[in-house]
Amino acid sequence: MTTSTLTPQTGSSNILGSIWAWIKKIPPVYPVFLIIFITLGILNHSKYQTLPGIMTFLRTAAPMAVIAIGEMMVIALGGFDLSVGAIVTFVVLVSSKLLANDPANAFPDIMIVLGFGVIIGLVNGLVVSYLKVPSFIATLGMMLVVRGGALGYVGGAPQGYLTDNWTAFGRSYIEKVPLFGRVPYALIVLIVFTIIAYFLFHRTHYGKQVLAIGDNVRASQLSGVRVKLVRVITFIICSVFAIIGGIMIGGVGGVNMTVGTGVEMQAIAACVVGGILLGGGKGNVFNAIFGAFTLQAIINLLNLMGLPKPYTDAVQGLLIIGAVAYAGITSMRKR
Amino acid sequence: MTTATASGNGFRRFARSIHIPPVYYILILIFLVGGLLDQIFADGQIFKNPAIMLNIVVRSVALGIVAVGQTLVITGASIDLSVAYTISITAVMSSYVMQGKDVNVPQAILVVFLIGAAIGLVNGLIITKLHINPFICTLGTSLILSGIINATFSDYTGKVPQSFQFFGYGTLGPVPVSILILLLIVLGGWFLLARTKFGSHLYGVGGNPEVARLSGVRTDRVLIIAHIICSMTAVLAGLFLVSQMGSGAPWVGPNGVYDLNSIATTVIGGTALSGGKGGMWGTLGGVLIFGILDTVFNQLGVNPYLKTVLQGAIIVVAVASYTLRSKKEAA
Repeated sequence: MTTSTLTPQTGSSNILGSIWAWIKKIPPVYPVFLIIFITLGILNHSKYQTLPGIMTFLRTAAPMAVIAIGEMMVIALGGFDLSVGAIVTFVVLVSSKLLANDPANAFPDIMIVLGFGVIIGLVNGLVVSYLKVPSFIATLGMMLVVRGGALGYVGGAPQGYLTDNWTAFGRSYIEKVPLFGRVPYALIVLIVFTIIAYFLFHRTHYGKQVLAIGDNVRASQLSGVRVKLVRVITFIICSVFAIIGGIMIGGVGGVNMTVGTGVEMQAIAACVVGGILLGGGKGNVFNAIFGAFTLQAIINLLNLMGLPKPYTDAVQGLLIIGAVAYAGITSMRKR
Repeated sequence: MTTATASGNGFRRFARSIHIPPVYYILILIFLVGGLLDQIFADGQIFKNPAIMLNIVVRSVALGIVAVGQTLVITGASIDLSVAYTISITAVMSSYVMQGKDVNVPQAILVVFLIGAAIGLVNGLIITKLHINPFICTLGTSLILSGIINATFSDYTGKVPQSFQFFGYGTLGPVPVSILILLLIVLGGWFLLARTKFGSHLYGVGGNPEVARLSGVRTDRVLIIAHIICSMTAVLAGLFLVSQMGSGAPWVGPNGVYDLNSIATTVIGGTALSGGKGGMWGTLGGVLIFGILDTVFNQLGVNPYLKTVLQGAIIVVAVASYTLRSKKEAA
């Protein structure tokens, strides 16, 4: 008797409860991003609450998002890739010379730098897998090698400019798209690589194996995961994504000797803000992307408030620590 | 045959009994190869001129001092990426407070050591009490410090008095003071790590924090102290650099890449990034390798870009030379 009267009530509270549980499962990076973006919109309506404004924001945020996806995979594996910043410098400097100011060279140049991306990732992966050097040191060494190689190749100064069709990936828009107005190429590149990464990471055995290795190398080895192969592939993916991101960054920023400085730390920070814990075993493509978006939105917000660059760095530092502390506290509560 | 293996074993046992970290074999190899190349392609100063040997060490002093602190935190399975900006803050603040006057020296030193202790304390507290990954925590504090320092100072600031430059350039007899300071710091670090309760606890915390905690080690306190000492060594390195430069500039630390270099030298020295394993003398060997490479490249007139490439390759090869044999998968 009592049970029959109670059941409908518990049923409705179950629905509410499940909605609440679903809301609680949303990673904090999404509401945080939303809040910051809405604040941006309130402060500068024309720039952040109109479609062209949002498209411009996505154009600036897309390169770091692409790099963060690659970095996220390496972090999920339990490692670091510190060479992505040097890879960005490499792409821009080497392209400035290879293009030789001729738009016809853009396609071969992109193929060549992508090839180098594969080689860099391959070497990183082999050094970590077969020489058993911790990825922190292996990619630190690679960072020096790639940066030194790029600077040596161009002789310490940029050798030309980047042609318009090359910079289009980072800079230009497709005009007159129905519904959206103008759509940046950068956004399309981001969407394409997000789809690729999503399928690789969330829909294949490979993705599961990456997470398994990040969680427990020994256990995954014993259950038949080809740890070394998966590692090498992951480092290659990370380097290739960094090359793509470098092409987009070069498109926005132009030729600049310091273009890749600190990019590796920003990529790691983006992942961490996205809720991906260092140490491996966890990862999500969209969280990494929104981590990068959130960082960019924070930078835009601080710029809008008129804070000079140094303060932006300081606030970024505080936010990174805050984000991780928040994630840590919530995960502790679950336990 | 048997005698050969026996003597081989005997040599190994001997080497092990006096605990020579393997990094010194690499060090000697690099020194010999570098010296030979120098004989063939340059004026052969490395083998002939003892002053160049001293120079190798003098070049390594600042990095060596930071690396001692870095070794402590890495032994505790932590890491400190904020040392570069701690160095910058020390350099700028100390020369700003000194303003070229002798009377201001004690208070300048007091100020920078207090700042250093505060940075280390904050790092340690965030890592232990908020359970934040040390990499992220110190990356964050490093960003904060860089923001503070770049917002307040943009160029050479203040001046250190003539007397203070003794620290950087003075000599006691034939030996530069800077080398003595480095040796003292390394000895101090070795004593802390190998001969005190704190050191054993630090190894325990780095090896297995849960076991250490259950056996009665106050793991948080140990790690916080390690971070404070690490920041203090960065302060000392900053004081040394400012005494050489005469005036502090905010780019001293990041330009010397003291954060990543100190980590690299520590790992080359045989301290495991995962903690619980390693020693101070290995780190000194790693630091000297950096110094020798620098000198050899200068002697040979290697172009700076190739220098960067070779440095990167040598870091990896040096670390690979002992990780290669380990059965554990790296991450």
